[in-house]
Amino acid sequence: MTRGWGGVPQQNWWARRGTVVLGALTALSLGVLVVLGLFVSDPDYQQGDAVRLMYLHVPAAWVAYLAYGVTSLASALYLWKRTRSQAWDTLAGASAEIGVLFTGLTLVLGSLWGRPVWNVWWAWDARVVSTAVLFFLYLGYLALRRVPADPAVRARRSAIAALAAFVDVPVVHFSVEWWRTLHQKGSVFNRELNPTIEGNLAWALLSGVVAFTCLYLYLLERRYRLAVLEEAIEERALDAAIAERRAEAEALPV
Amino acid sequence: MLTQGDTPGPPGLWRQALLVAGKDLRIEARSRVALNQVLPFAGVVLLLFAFALDPDRGLLPRVAPGLFWVAVLLAGLLAISRAFAVEGENGVRDALRLSGLDGAAVFCGKALAVAAQLLALEVALGIGVVVLYDLHFHHPVAVVATSLVATAGLAAAGTVYGVLAAGLRVRETLFPLLVLPVVAPVMLGATRAWEAALSGAPSEAWPWVELLAVFAVIYLTMGWLAFGPLLEET
Repeated sequence: MTRGWGGVPQQNWWARRGTVVLGALTALSLGVLVVLGLFVSDPDYQQGDAVRLMYLHVPAAWVAYLAYGVTSLASALYLWKRTRSQAWDTLAGASAEIGVLFTGLTLVLGSLWGRPVWNVWWAWDARVVSTAVLFFLYLGYLALRRVPADPAVRARRSAIAALAAFVDVPVVHFSVEWWRTLHQKGSVFNRELNPTIEGNLAWALLSGVVAFTCLYLYLLERRYRLAVLEEAIEERALDAAIAERRAEAEALPV
Repeated sequence: MLTQGDTPGPPGLWRQALLVAGKDLRIEARSRVALNQVLPFAGVVLLLFAFALDPDRGLLPRVAPGLFWVAVLLAGLLAISRAFAVEGENGVRDALRLSGLDGAAVFCGKALAVAAQLLALEVALGIGVVVLYDLHFHHPVAVVATSLVATAGLAAAGTVYGVLAAGLRVRETLFPLLVLPVVAPVMLGATRAWEAALSGAPSEAWPWVELLAVFAVIYLTMGWLAFGPLLEET
């Protein structure tokens, strides 16, 4: 990355081309998902067309977990002195934002899917509840990130908060799992995703995972770039203000 | 008494922690904020639960464990916020850093003081649910063990997030949002363990006690490692 006009960081040719290719790949894979998910794949013998929501719901959940994984990794790399760089902090924040977006999407899509299949908008199923807790956990993390502070201070605080949230994820998962299985054995809400999934359903699901992963990477790159530009603008505004004050001081009669 | 040539080395980690805990509890004992504000608040919460759930229908004794832990959590949030509000006054934070105390020791001390207040709160609320909700404690060992490990977890996680949010202008609103989803498993585990103990099946409580213990160990470790850097930064 080089400094271009007015001190705004410019991406090099490869980075710009990479973004375009990634965007095209995302659009293409989403197109494939639409064709496979809506036209090629067969309706489920039990759920009918409602099963098509799976091609969005499962990939959205996968991207949410991927995003939180990236946030945790980037936070750990920031805290480790040998790899400390503001870039890891920016990446952690960008990824967490996408993670919260996709967690919310997972909950909404799950709710829409639950209505025709389970006959309720919200089921107190273990995975639903732990996803909801996860949503709030990282919403808090994003709120902490938004509090204005010195970049280095904020980065350290955010990194520790990200790891503190991350270590809670398995505890939340197990507690909720026990809670629902201890009290509601064999409930209809505990049904697993059909393990005998095969044929064109599996292909549609796979294309969904690929498309959403591409989408995640594309959004991550864009969000990261946006954050870099935001920082550059802040810096420029500060530089401009300092230059103005200096000019005022020089213009004063001695 | 120090004699000549006897250089006082820094006190041990536990001694330091006890000093910090003693300081916090002494401030509480003198200001009486916990006694005069947090405890009455917890009492009002117990009353409001009874208003929300009609006491005549026999619902209250059945849901009492859950209500108890929600009340502990709500009142505990106030106590933990208070533990960090006193640090913000009179530059105590800087004084703590200048004192040369180990970050881990400060964490242990603050968590210890918070835990002591939470335990006092739980005793008072426990009497409250017995009197107001007609709850009968059957297996005191399981009940007390649950309360002890749950309190350790709440105090540890609360102290970690307390220092994260300390010194921020939006502390009052940010702290509950940060800490409540994190302690959701404690709420769940403690409630289920109490329910199991009170319904005469204490063996079902022990897996939950183990989960609560794991939670406490995780956040005690987290605080031990992260508290020093967090205390230094603002």
